[in-house]
Amino acid sequence: MNALLEFLSFSDANVRYVALGSVLLTASSALVGSFTFLNKKSLVGDAIAHAVLPGICLGFILAGTKNPLFLLIGAFLTGWLSLVIIDFITHNTRIKEDSAIGLVLSVFFGIGILMLTTIQKSGNAAQSGLDHFLFGKAASLVGNDLLSFSIVAVVLVITVVILFKEFSLLAFDKDFAIALGLPVRTIQIVLTSLIVLAVVIGIQAVGVVLMAAILITPAAAARFWTDKIICMFILASLFGALSGLSGAFISYTAPSMPTGPWIVVVISFIAFFSFFFAPKRGVVSRLYRQYAIKKTINNENVLKILYQLGEANSNFTLYRNLPEIIRWRYYDEPKLIRILKRLTSQGYTERVGNTWCLTEAGKNRAQRVVKIHRLWELYLTTYMHIAPDHVHDDAETIEHLLTPELEERLEQQLGFPKLDPHQSEIPYNN
Amino acid sequence: MNDIYIITTAILVSCSCALLGCFLILRKMAMVGDAISHAVLPGIVIAFLLSGSRDSLTMLIGAGLLGVLTTFFIEFFHKKARLQTDASIGVTFTWLFAVGVILISVFAGKVDLDQDCVLYGEIAYVPLDTIITSSGMVLGPKAIYVSGFILLLIIAFIAFAYKELFLTTFDPAFAGAIGISTTLWHYVLMGAVSVTTVASFESVGAILVVALLIAPAATAFLLTDNFKWMLVLACLTGIIASIAGYYLAVWLDGSIAGAIASITGVIFLIAVFFSPLHGIAFRKVRASAH
Repeated sequence: MNALLEFLSFSDANVRYVALGSVLLTASSALVGSFTFLNKKSLVGDAIAHAVLPGICLGFILAGTKNPLFLLIGAFLTGWLSLVIIDFITHNTRIKEDSAIGLVLSVFFGIGILMLTTIQKSGNAAQSGLDHFLFGKAASLVGNDLLSFSIVAVVLVITVVILFKEFSLLAFDKDFAIALGLPVRTIQIVLTSLIVLAVVIGIQAVGVVLMAAILITPAAAARFWTDKIICMFILASLFGALSGLSGAFISYTAPSMPTGPWIVVVISFIAFFSFFFAPKRGVVSRLYRQYAIKKTINNENVLKILYQLGEANSNFTLYRNLPEIIRWRYYDEPKLIRILKRLTSQGYTERVGNTWCLTEAGKNRAQRVVKIHRLWELYLTTYMHIAPDHVHDDAETIEHLLTPELEERLEQQLGFPKLDPHQSEIPYNN
Repeated sequence: MNDIYIITTAILVSCSCALLGCFLILRKMAMVGDAISHAVLPGIVIAFLLSGSRDSLTMLIGAGLLGVLTTFFIEFFHKKARLQTDASIGVTFTWLFAVGVILISVFAGKVDLDQDCVLYGEIAYVPLDTIITSSGMVLGPKAIYVSGFILLLIIAFIAFAYKELFLTTFDPAFAGAIGISTTLWHYVLMGAVSVTTVASFESVGAILVVALLIAPAATAFLLTDNFKWMLVLACLTGIIASIAGYYLAVWLDGSIAGAIASITGVIFLIAVFFSPLHGIAFRKVRASAH
């Protein structure tokens, strides 16, 4: 606890640099990365991250020192070049995009490693530290780095805010953007340049391999919590910032720990938590919804059987036993008993011994299901001109799902018909 | 002698990778291969800790399991959490790689693995680690035996399961219809990819193994329409790249693995333009002839 307070007080200048640098970096990368996520081009960020390595070496060879401007320009050039080549391969050969990405990233990285090792053996003393680009050095950020991080972060955030509408339009409906007369090509180039910029700065902190995570994992996590694009972007940068801060904190308490990988582990856990427990889109809530729907369908189907048995001899008050029900529609016996017990406890059926009968509420609900089923069959044959023997399966699904509003419109559109296509009576409630 | 040892190892590794790469790119799973090659890292470290040595068998098993687990994670996030495939691959492998790097630094004293080796291997040290019999006879570098064994394993695997792999790759629906489980072969293939990745790990590292997996196969894909020829041509490309790459590295005094990867890229580029079948140059010639 003390360590946490000490960390959060930012009294140590070193802590300040590392924490602020990591937060700026992760938050702004998450912002830009969200667009690559929405464009379904997550792995392109990975390709750029690997492809900047030869550029950095090239910048070093040309400058002879670790002049940041040369390194940046070199990185920018090869980062861009890799994207152009991926595009070229995908459009001009029969190689698919994923192979093209994998090929370009590994070959560029190979060239980068070849150059890097050659430089290292050339005896130029200024080269030491070039290999920081491989694994990052978030834990040893100094004042100068913070300055360049902040400048880039500000540039990224401002550009994203200004061009937000254009970027999102491009991600969701490129054809519409073209039709509107937007300079699509230019916007794409700006967006790609932003990504390359984020990568070039980012790999100094987390390294080549993990850069992709900083770009897309926050976006992937945020996507699970909201359907609103603005909320998603805010959440993504918050998640990013949180992971940056935690990463810095962990390497503050345990100095031997590498910051970059911890940032990635934290953001990944946020993402996994989101995948499983986010309301609506999460795995758990989806499974629960599926379970609930399955239960409703089973309930309604058993009610329907009892109703149809009643229809068969115009007596809804008779108690039916299990064989009778199973003969009408097959159910596994233990499962059927489970459903019937549930229905009884919900007040839809009554049990006497091993026989069941519909209550008034049960009869009403079953009647509605049967009515919708038959109305839908009639609708399909009248309006969609589907043969009467082809409509049952569809109706079997819709009977559980139709809302009362649609039910009413269906009745009115068809004019409260008496019979369905199979000459069964359509029951109304009055 | 040393250069022959190194080139032999490189050739053995690149042939195993090239063979599997053919299946990967045709199944549009090149990036899954990339993901596996990164994600086996924690498996290697854990196997390292458990066995306490660079003992190859434990490492192969550990990493093989982790590779299959990676595939499972990617599928799970994609199918159950409905995450788009690209993101599901990206999230999975970066996470596992990060865990691997953390494990390396936590157990820095106990694990004889450094970070650079993880990324680009140290094939130049292959001749140093030789097998010596009790009578003192030098049998040659261990890496040659390991990668040779893996290559034999991969060849046997492909020969034995050729029909299944072929059908699940080209016509999964038909394969399913005649009772071949697409899922099972998917996982078996991914297991093979992970084992190969690990065996190549020490020699060429996590990222350059991707170049060996994808580039020769992609080159062969541009050169032929016959799948068996594709396998052969991919191996040939790998062999040429291994030899040329070695001498390039010696000439520039740089990383051998990096040079091999660079050469695979150059060969691929040549194929893109000058493949008699699908090359851009020949397509232009044919188009103007019409």
